[in-house]
Amino acid sequence: MAKRLIKLTVNGDEMEVAVEPRDLLIHTLREQLELTGAHIGCDTSHCGACTVDLDGRSVKSCTMFTVQADGAEITTVEGMAHPDGTLHAIQEAFRQMHGLQCGFCTPGMIMRAHRLLQENPTPTEEEIRWGISGNLCRCTGYQNIVKAVQLASETLSQKVAAE
Amino acid sequence: MIPGDFDYLRPKTKSEALVMLRDGGDEARPIAGGHSLIPMMKLRMAAPEKVVDLGGLADLKHISIEKDITIGAATTQHQLIESGALFDACPILRETALLIADPQIRYCGTLGGNVANGDPGNDMPALMQCLDASYIIESASGKREIKARDFYHAAYFTALETGELITAIRFKTPEAGHGYSYQKLKRKVGDYATAAAAVTLSMSEDNVTGASVALTNLADTPLYVAEAADILTSSPLSADTIKEAVKAAEAMMAPAADGRGSSEYRTRMGGVMVQRAIEAAVERADKTPKKGGLFGWLRG
Ligand SMILES: Cc1cc2nc3c(=O)[nH]c(=O)nc-3n(C[C@H](O)[C@H](O)[C@H](O)COP(=O)(O)OP(=O)(O)OC[C@H]3O[C@@H](n4cnc5c(N)ncnc54)[C@H](O)[C@@H]3O)c2cc1C
Ligand code: FES
Ligand code: FES
Repeated sequence: MAKRLIKLTVNGDEMEVAVEPRDLLIHTLREQLELTGAHIGCDTSHCGACTVDLDGRSVKSCTMFTVQADGAEITTVEGMAHPDGTLHAIQEAFRQMHGLQCGFCTPGMIMRAHRLLQENPTPTEEEIRWGISGNLCRCTGYQNIVKAVQLASETLSQKVAAE
Repeated sequence: MIPGDFDYLRPKTKSEALVMLRDGGDEARPIAGGHSLIPMMKLRMAAPEKVVDLGGLADLKHISIEKDITIGAATTQHQLIESGALFDACPILRETALLIADPQIRYCGTLGGNVANGDPGNDMPALMQCLDASYIIESASGKREIKARDFYHAAYFTALETGELITAIRFKTPEAGHGYSYQKLKRKVGDYATAAAAVTLSMSEDNVTGASVALTNLADTPLYVAEAADILTSSPLSADTIKEAVKAAEAMMAPAADGRGSSEYRTRMGGVMVQRAIEAAVERADKTPKKGGLFGWLRG
C-alpha cells in the first residue's frame, strides 16, 4: 500500500513521517526515527518493553499502527533526560536503587513509571505493583524497581513542593 | 510479526464511518483500541483489506448516567475505571475493567471492541448479560438494538452484520445499595479467565429480592444463568440456595480444555467463582443484616 505522510511530535520535535498503514509504531520509532530505546520483547502485547507515552497514556507500541498515532505527542525514553544530559529523576532513581540488571525492560518500565507518577504522584507499594503490572522483568524480581519508583516519587514530590 | 497489507481510513464522524463500512462490505473492519484486532492481524488470522479507525470519533466516547446508563462504544476501559460517577452508580464495571489485561492495554481497549469481538475470553460480554444491557447498533441504513443476552451465537459469531457498528451500550442503572461482584480466576495479570462470574443482587434482610448471574469463558459464548435468579429469590438465602444456584450455573458450562486446565477443572472453578461472587455480592448489599443472622451460618 502506498505510503502516507503523518505528523508526529516525538520528544518535543515536530516531524512528518512517511509510513505504510501496516507499519507498527515500534518499527517506525526504531527503524525510521532510529530511537532504539523502546525494545521489542515479545511482539505480542505482553511484556511492556515497547512502552512509550502517547498523548498522556502509556501504550505498547508493538500493538499500534503508526497511522493511528497521526497528530500525537510521543515521549520515548530518549526524551526523558534533560537537554544537558542530566538524568530525569526516574532514571536517577533506577540507577541509585539498582532498579535494573540487563536493562532490557528498563525503557518500558521508566516510561510506565513516568505516566503512573503523573496520575498518582505518591503511590503506595501496592499501587506501584498494579501500575507496572503490564511490564515484565526477567532479572530483578521487581523489588528494586518498586524501590526506584518509590524514590522517584519522593524526589519528584519534593521538587514540586520546593517550586 | 508484520500484518498483511491494508488500506487505512480515518473517518471524522460516525456517519462517515458508517458509509465507509457499507462501501467496504466484507473486506472492511472497524478498529477501536486495536488490542484484539492488531494481534490477530499480526498472526494473519485476520486480514482485512480496509481498516476503518474509530479513534477519531468523539461521538462514540461518552458516559451518561440517568435512569439508564449509556456508554459510547469507543469509551476505553481506562475511562470506565476513571469515572467516579460511574463507580458510584455501577461499581461492578470498574471491578471488572480492572481485571482486564494490564494498564497499557486498558488505555487503548474499548468497551465496544470488547463486546463486539466475540472472543469467549472477553470479560465485558458476561457483565453486560448480567446487567441486561442492550447494544445500540447502527449502519448506513438505520439503527437497531439487541440485548447482550441475544447477541452471541458462537466464538467470534455474533448478531453483528456486515456494515454495522455498535455505537453505544445501555442498561438500567442498578438500584442504589445493590450487591455486586465480578470474580475472575486467572493464571497471571493479563491472562484471560480460567473461569469468571458476574453477579448483581438486591437484598432485604435474609431475602434476595432480585439477582442476575452470568459467566465468562466457560463455553464458546458468554452465559446468562437465567435459572439462578429464580433459585436465589424463591426462599430465604441459605447455603443450600447458593449451592443450587451454583449447580444450575455448572450445568450450563462447557469450557474447552486448554492451557488453563481440563474442562472438568474449569467447570469446577466456574462453580467456585459463582459461589464467591454470590457471597461477596450478598455481603456488599446494603440491606443485608451485617451482624449475626445470615452471616452467622454463612461463614460458619
Ligand atoms: C495481552 C492482552 C491481554 C488481554 N486480556 C484481556 C482480558 O483479560 N479480558 C478481556 O476482556 N480482554 C482482554 N484483552 C483484550 C482487550 O481488552 C481488547 O482491547 C478488547 O477485547 C477489544 O477492544 P479494542 O477496543 O481493542 O477492539 P479492537 O481490537 O479494535 O476490535 C476488536 C474487534 O471488534 C470489532 N469492533 C471494535 N469496535 C467495534 C464497534 N464499535 N462496533 C462493531 N465492531 C467493533 C473490530 O472490528 C474487531 O473485530 C487482552 C488483550 C491483550 C493484548
Ligand atoms: S514488545 Fe510490545 S508488549 Fe512486548
Ligand atoms: S533488568 Fe533485565 S529484564 Fe528487567
